Amino acid sequence: MTGPPQHDDRRAASTRGTQEHPVIRWLLIGAAMLFAAVFLLLPLANVFWQAFSAGLASYWGTLADPDTRAAIRLTLLVAVITVPLNTAFGIAAAWALARFDFRGRTLILTFIDLPFSVSPVVTGLLLVLLFGAQGLVGPWLQAHDVRIIFAVPGMVLATLFVTFPFVARELIPDMQAQGSEQEQAALTLGASPWQTFWHVTLPSVKWGLLYGVILCNARAMGEFGAVSVVSGHIVGLTETLPLRVEKLYQELNPSAPFAVASLLALLALLTLLLKTFLEWKNRRGLERALTPAEPAQSVGLGSTGLLTAGERPSP
Amino acid sequence: MKERPHNPLPGLGLTLGFTVCYLSVVVLLPVAALVLKSLDLSWGEFCDLAFNKRALAAYRLTFGASLAAALANALFGTLLAWVLVRYRFPGRRFIDALVDFPFALPTAVAGLTLGNLFSENGWLGQFLVPWGIQGAFTPLGVVIALTFVGLPFSVRTLQPVLQAFDRGVEEAAATLGAGRLRTFLTIIAPTLLPTILTGFALAFARAIGEYGSIVFISGNLPFETEIAPYLIVMRLEQYDYAGAMALAIVLMAVSFLLLITINWLERWSGHFERA
Repeated sequence: MTGPPQHDDRRAASTRGTQEHPVIRWLLIGAAMLFAAVFLLLPLANVFWQAFSAGLASYWGTLADPDTRAAIRLTLLVAVITVPLNTAFGIAAAWALARFDFRGRTLILTFIDLPFSVSPVVTGLLLVLLFGAQGLVGPWLQAHDVRIIFAVPGMVLATLFVTFPFVARELIPDMQAQGSEQEQAALTLGASPWQTFWHVTLPSVKWGLLYGVILCNARAMGEFGAVSVVSGHIVGLTETLPLRVEKLYQELNPSAPFAVASLLALLALLTLLLKTFLEWKNRRGLERALTPAEPAQSVGLGSTGLLTAGERPSP
Repeated sequence: MKERPHNPLPGLGLTLGFTVCYLSVVVLLPVAALVLKSLDLSWGEFCDLAFNKRALAAYRLTFGASLAAALANALFGTLLAWVLVRYRFPGRRFIDALVDFPFALPTAVAGLTLGNLFSENGWLGQFLVPWGIQGAFTPLGVVIALTFVGLPFSVRTLQPVLQAFDRGVEEAAATLGAGRLRTFLTIIAPTLLPTILTGFALAFARAIGEYGSIVFISGNLPFETEIAPYLIVMRLEQYDYAGAMALAIVLMAVSFLLLITINWLERWSGHFERA
């Protein structure tokens, strides 16, 4: 009735072409949210529900148990040793691999990715084959009374292996995206290499670095398979929190494993929170630093997908 | 790779030296132990240990369930990525942040809570079990746990590509008279396919080695609900190092092949992105 019918037709055609019908749109959203509810929301809510199902007193009782507290201490100890070591490695590797081009660079990148493609259980087996009683250096270690397998050093080594790539994988693409012009300028102006590193390089990649450290820490505290193989499961001595969860589960206690698991779920939530915040910070930093002509490129095999996906700024 | 004819930056010797030393001690030395130890095995022994009936049943479950989970993720992960990128609705940012939850949650906790959810008295199990859908202590449980674990890989691989997708192409198709379904099937889907396949391969690769979550949700019964990584642990507990090693070699070989495939897929999808 109002306006030329042709105009209406064109408008209808253009939305039909680039947008789904509202009914289809809401059906798709509904299906996706159902999937997210079953696989993301319910598992998360269930941990806390089950943890408190036997009441607060039972919850605190489980957490105050000396064996649980020993597990908390060991989990923290393992993380305190492994995260700084892998962070130092990540920074060194990022400097060497993002700032220089040399023969064998791709090979090193491939090796850095290797732990991501090895099953945690196989990681444990590798250490047993190296340090175990029948391992390559096992007899020598026994002769010198050094225990690695079924002891804390083995668990530290297993965690080091499993969390090895996290910081390096995060920093290398970030540092490549930043480029080295500012560092070269600082050096030209008379800054020492350390000054350049502390005042130019580190501030420009600090969010990416923190992001890698947080992911590394989450995995270090939560690792199960690799640590399980080399731990020997000695209650109070070689039990980390995830191993404590398994132990309580095997004792057929209905709520106690969930009480311990709730600590690890909290860690996961905290990790997600920090990760979301850092991703936002990092994207802003990258957007400011990047010229549109030079988008950040992911390097190496990118076998982690997840780790690099969030970092690829869309052109 | 960019050309760097003259590089005035210092520190290559120090950082590369440290990198190579640390890499050798933490990663390469243990891998070398496997290689050296495996030389003790003869080919016949290896085949007996790696391909006996129990091992074959374990591979079948590991690879079958991983494939099913990766397929589920390719389908629902793509749907989730699409909905999160294209539509605006309440709770979108919350779900978007939660997509990484399976990655941040220790696998033992994942198995524990999923096993409980799908058990007879669980929130989901109480509705599903009467219908004959047993999610706990069955091969289906293995698929459920692996789907959970692989979910972030498929969603997070696809999301940036979807975000960068040139909607002008869709508008052009619409202008030329294509309906929405036709535009999706002939323009959007083929462009996204390499990325979806990359996500599929990443989720599959992650699933093959998974151990922590499976232990809690699977019954771990030989020939029925026993996955290959669990069989490795069983062999180790019996001090059967040769048996464990043979299984590990098979798993590592498959992982290596997948790594090459993923690398190739990423280059293929990168080619599409640039085109």
